[in-house]
Amino acid sequence: MKAPWTAGEKPQVHSIARSGDLVHIRQAIRALSQKCRLSLVDQTKMITAASELARNTLIYGGGGTVTSGLVSAGNKQGVAAVFEDSGPGIPDVEQAMTDGWTSGGGLGLGLSGARRLVDDFELVTAPGEGTSVTIVKWVR
Amino acid sequence: MAKRDNAVDLVGLLSVEGQDLAATWVREVSGSLKGRVGTAELDRELRELYDALLDALRQGATDVHADQMSEVRALLTELSRNRARQGFSPSETAVSIFALKRVLEPLLQEGSADDVRAYLELGRVLDGLGLFTIESYSQTREEIITAQAEQLLELSTPVVRLWDGVIAVPLVGTLDSARTQVVMEKLLQALVDTGSEQAIIDITGVPAVDTQVAQHLLKTIVAARLMGAECTVSGISPQIAQTIVALGIEFDDIVTKASLADALKLALRRSGVDLVAHEGAQR
Repeated sequence: MKAPWTAGEKPQVHSIARSGDLVHIRQAIRALSQKCRLSLVDQTKMITAASELARNTLIYGGGGTVTSGLVSAGNKQGVAAVFEDSGPGIPDVEQAMTDGWTSGGGLGLGLSGARRLVDDFELVTAPGEGTSVTIVKWVR
Repeated sequence: MAKRDNAVDLVGLLSVEGQDLAATWVREVSGSLKGRVGTAELDRELRELYDALLDALRQGATDVHADQMSEVRALLTELSRNRARQGFSPSETAVSIFALKRVLEPLLQEGSADDVRAYLELGRVLDGLGLFTIESYSQTREEIITAQAEQLLELSTPVVRLWDGVIAVPLVGTLDSARTQVVMEKLLQALVDTGSEQAIIDITGVPAVDTQVAQHLLKTIVAARLMGAECTVSGISPQIAQTIVALGIEFDDIVTKASLADALKLALRRSGVDLVAHEGAQR
């Protein structure tokens, strides 16, 4: 899924290289969510999902970028974010999406939890070719 | 011997008779700093530096890392430290060195070819000194930033005593590994120091709880439990509650409350304190 960025709205690109960058990403997503008038619950969900995925990009993907912006489809509006890294990729996506499974030291809920927090979720990965995750939260 | 001659040339360039180059230098620099450093202070700084530089050149120093330059380096480090602390920019710091080149330029107009060669040689030395200034400047800035980050870490995690045997940690902002470590240490120490058996972790000021924050919270609570204390998490807002559910984090046997007041009430009840409202008392 290519994120359908709203015409005239330039998506912002943030790099994910240090754990300090996660703070900036959360702030950027919060600003977008407020601009898009997501409800407080949806804002928190979107920010939390972004935080999970950005941390995955950093820890498992060895760093990368996040591209975020406003999107629209029909008369719906929403916030989208694309997390990309050129790390080792995910060999077994089904296993990675299982609640409680982790290859690191976390709770194993980041990836699967993030999917439940957003409306659209797409994961593209191949071993050795990096990972790209696109998430969208629509205004209800 | 060639080296020696060179040094003499440089010294000759810097100590023209009948001209107070250091004074011109001070004027030049104070102009670019727009009076933000006192003239007397600047005069003292630069004259010391000037004399040290002359000494070093007289002893045959050819670049900034030479042994003879050690005093110059020490003075420069002090200068850039002061500038960094006072909030000057890197260019405003380095200009103190580069201004000396401008001061020498007029001397070249009636100078010989040897003078020009000496000037170029000195220019190289000064470039090195300028770079050295910027290096120590940014080093100082980094030290300041690190110190501030540490102070912030300390500041943002107070442990407060709410009642006899009841302590609370109000968390504000983002919980990362480093902060959780500080929070955990402080909480556990406070449990010992105050002999408390009830601890409340208030997360009203935490904007989002993701899996890492939750994991850190859980670890802190388990550690407190191992010390015989009971932990309550309070300040869970509706949006955070829904997010935690969607993420699938299980808080299982951990007692959570919506507000700090509720958590305090529970902690008091657990420690056997009864709250009695007197009849006729104003509420």
